[in-house]
Amino acid sequence: MSATVVTVTSGKGGVGKTTTTANLAVALAAGGQKVVCIDGDIGLRNLDVILGLENRIVYDLVDVVEGRCRLKQAMIRDKRLQELYLIPAAQTRDKNAVSPSDMVRLTDDLREEFDWVLIDSPAGIERGFRNSVAPADTVLVVTNPEVSAVRDADRIIGLIESEEKGPARLILNRVNYEMVKRGDMLTSDDVLELLAVELIGIVPEDDHVIMSSNRGQPVALDPKTRAGTAFQNIARRLRGEDVPFMNLEVKEDIFQKLSRLIRPGGN
Amino acid sequence: MTVETQIVHIKGIKDGLLVTIGEGDWPRAQSTLLSSIVEKASFFQGARLAMEVGNRVLHAAELGALRDRLSDQGVSLWAVISSSPVTEQTAQVLGLATRLSMPRPERSVRPLDTTLEGENGVFIRRTLRSGFRIASHGHISVMGDINPGAEVIAGGSIVVWGRVRGSVVAGADGDESAVVCALALDPTQLRIANLVANLPGKKAVSQPVCASIRNGIITVEPWKPKER
Ligand SMILES: Nc1ncnc2c1ncn2[C@@H]1O[C@H](COP(=O)(O)OP(=O)(O)O)[C@@H](O)[C@H]1O
Ligand SMILES: [Mg+2]
Repeated sequence: MSATVVTVTSGKGGVGKTTTTANLAVALAAGGQKVVCIDGDIGLRNLDVILGLENRIVYDLVDVVEGRCRLKQAMIRDKRLQELYLIPAAQTRDKNAVSPSDMVRLTDDLREEFDWVLIDSPAGIERGFRNSVAPADTVLVVTNPEVSAVRDADRIIGLIESEEKGPARLILNRVNYEMVKRGDMLTSDDVLELLAVELIGIVPEDDHVIMSSNRGQPVALDPKTRAGTAFQNIARRLRGEDVPFMNLEVKEDIFQKLSRLIRPGGN
Repeated sequence: MTVETQIVHIKGIKDGLLVTIGEGDWPRAQSTLLSSIVEKASFFQGARLAMEVGNRVLHAAELGALRDRLSDQGVSLWAVISSSPVTEQTAQVLGLATRLSMPRPERSVRPLDTTLEGENGVFIRRTLRSGFRIASHGHISVMGDINPGAEVIAGGSIVVWGRVRGSVVAGADGDESAVVCALALDPTQLRIANLVANLPGKKAVSQPVCASIRNGIITVEPWKPKER
């Protein structure tokens, strides 16, 4: 076995990196893959919370790097999915406790035993970002359809190219189809025209994301939700499957459908 | 001093420290440099380092790794001088300077009748994404887009084989004859000499255009080769 190391990053904070990491981890593991995720957001850890594993943390990433425990001891096994593990971030240390070469060494030790190593990167372009990107085979850049988020994604993609970690692949998260239809939101075409990278997924704005994060049950565990399906699709594309992009259009009710039939073209 | 340390020479210059790496293999040169820095950690703390590597070919992985390890020691690498075009490009890609100071344009001999002397410029073959910046006292040409948040500042003219959506300044040293040409022009800001273009808000010009100063204002016109 030789894992692919995937780093999820963004530049801007709060666009959905941690949500994406957790959901891809769950979706890949549910598909029978051996997955370990690493919370690279030292000092602001929360991947453990989203995955519902917070209460089982004993050792963390910095303990491994500084030799206070063996790698195995810091790996928390998920209760739901046999082949899913988490290496949590240290809550109390600063990002300089870990270096890019530490991360390369750590992931090299994990490669033998897993199919996927997912790294949740912190916001920003400082040390924490460099730590997370250094060991990556593939970088996923998460952005929202907002000018400022796209601008930061562009900067991050440029830095990834400079580190020869490219080409990055893009996840457009929190797309509100109603707003797109009204012309109040950037479309995926607008975003791609600027960023000029491969799109690997579009995730709709979906309240289930927040509800399930609060319960520590990533939404991808429930493929009946739209966001859950979107994350499942991204996981399949990561595995090399050719999955068509889902139609983000919200289902019309009977009255909307009728009025559209009565006034064709009128919208 | 042993033969080992001869591979690395360090001296003070106006802009900080200059390290010259002599002949020999790169891993050894790198470890020699790092160990001499560790040895005199307090002397090097916070230092700005320029590095001369001769004709050595260095790729981003190597140069990036050294930069990171230097920054671990509190030393910032700001320039890499090399006669290898590969190394020079690597340095540019990593955002490092490749010269200690601006080069002086060379005075060449009188040209033959049909050989034009031309002017020196900088050529960049990549899209400039947000946060990237190029500044030169000469001309600049970019093969790729200039995205919002990127900046190109030229003493001379700017030619972009791509779309301009970031900021461009031509004639930055005051040359009012400088121009900006692009395949599509929708800049965040466009300046020539000390004038700022007053561009129509939303209407992006997406055909080849040339911006220049006409009668004291910046004018954008479609590119018509015959008129030139
Ligand atoms: N597709 C989505 N729909 C609705 N809310 C979302 C979506 N993606 C993320 N969120 C919410 O946005 C917030 C920030 O997400 P998070 O993953 O923590 O971002 P980051 O890790 O980039 O800082 C969280 O409250 C999360 O639940
Ligand atoms: Mg996060």
